[in-house]
Amino acid sequence: MEASNKTLLLDENVINAAVANIAQAVISEFSPEKASQLVFIGIHKRGVMFARRLVKAITEKTGTEPHLGTLDITMYRDDIGRRKTLPQIYPTELPFNINDQIIILADDVLQTGRTIRAALDALTDYGRPSLIRLAVLVDRGMREFPIRADYSGKLFQIPREKKIIVKWKELDNEDAVYVSDRVPQAAAEQAPQTENAVKQ
Amino acid sequence: MECTWTRKDLLSIYDLSADEIRMILNTAAEFKKVSERKVKKVPALRGKTVVNLFVEPSTRTRISFELAEQRLSADIINMSTDASSLKKGETLLDTVKNIKSLQVDIVVMRHSASGSPNFLARHLKAGIVNAGDGAHEHPTQALLDIFTMREKKGSIEGLNVSIVGDILHSRVARSNIWGLLKLGAKVTIAGPSTLVPKEFERIGVRVCDRLKDALEGADVINLLRIQHERQRAGFFPSTNEYARVFGLNRETMKYVKPDALIMHPGPINRGVELDSAIADGPQSVILEQVTNGLAVRMAVLFLIGGCIKND
Repeated sequence: MEASNKTLLLDENVINAAVANIAQAVISEFSPEKASQLVFIGIHKRGVMFARRLVKAITEKTGTEPHLGTLDITMYRDDIGRRKTLPQIYPTELPFNINDQIIILADDVLQTGRTIRAALDALTDYGRPSLIRLAVLVDRGMREFPIRADYSGKLFQIPREKKIIVKWKELDNEDAVYVSDRVPQAAAEQAPQTENAVKQ
Repeated sequence: MECTWTRKDLLSIYDLSADEIRMILNTAAEFKKVSERKVKKVPALRGKTVVNLFVEPSTRTRISFELAEQRLSADIINMSTDASSLKKGETLLDTVKNIKSLQVDIVVMRHSASGSPNFLARHLKAGIVNAGDGAHEHPTQALLDIFTMREKKGSIEGLNVSIVGDILHSRVARSNIWGLLKLGAKVTIAGPSTLVPKEFERIGVRVCDRLKDALEGADVINLLRIQHERQRAGFFPSTNEYARVFGLNRETMKYVKPDALIMHPGPINRGVELDSAIADGPQSVILEQVTNGLAVRMAVLFLIGGCIKND
């Protein structure tokens, strides 16, 4: 079900530039010897694609490929039992030790900050990284937790009535970010949860 | 469209769609990884209370559920036959009313009467998980069996699964049969004709009188525990004869494919339905079933926990 009044926020070129800028910022921040501890972890579902792009950009720029992991935060959500249904759990793949590593946590949209809170709890159950940084493609405002991004592609203040839809070629055949009206509450309760509506 | 879980109870496999079964199995695969971590606990059911109401003796299922609940950070109350007032003559409805007053979130129930979890589900807002009811169903056992088969064989579709033993009284067999048929497996049942109802043919199950026919070509052989009280009730002449005619041993193993899985829900009667050498042999996945049982129960409790309303 496609939401109404969908307008383009970022196109493919802007997304590519944002990825390149963040990759460059990460490279500049960490000296080459520290760069060997860099680990990118994408939050399911669309943060994974973002992390993958960042790893690709860094590999192209430096010639070394940082580790790439995926994280599903469903088991750590703070609204289990408050939601009508639970989203599907995607695989958490962290095939490396995260102890003493520098983690760049990547998500597509930073909104309330609750997903990031859950991700931090999940990560600390896997080990004790030396540093965790947060990279997001879009920061849309609307924060409910004291969390901010260390690297953001684009900053906006988008009102609560609007939602952000991120599309990746691997999943949706295009790279784009849209803003659209939220489905009204009554309709949303009958309709199955869409991918973006489950975003905390 | 991806499947979503919308049930507050897991009462039977019969009720579930193939997609719902797959969703539980996929969720369980992720929970299996949690038990392989150093920190084997997630906060998913933090602040929720689970009652384990076991009105029929059970050790391994209860322990498996209890550990699953602990790993999900739930608070736990155990009520078993020995301790509970049910033994003092309290009716199930009165027990239900007590549970209601305690405001628990999930009840895991084992009962000798078929349908008692359904009774509970009708009277309680809490989520109900059937941990075995009479000869009706044992959904989490079937889910862990199917999870193990899928993990080892890749897919359930087209798999030849033979269930051998006392099908008539077995809730494990019923739940397995429903689940396997929904996922596209070919199911064969075998055992003494007094314990293997021909009626199962009507739902697409192959019924065999001879063990050999059930073993040949099977990808999975699930052996059921043969209960001695059935022999006393005259369903078969003697345990020795059962072992000779329907037991899996070195002699009958020659009909079994070398890559077939040998499964058993436990506890095993060594030397009756299954010989020790085979139970401990390379084709046996019996202990992996136990490991997977924990993962499957975590998944079920998690999904149920997501659907109970606490406003």
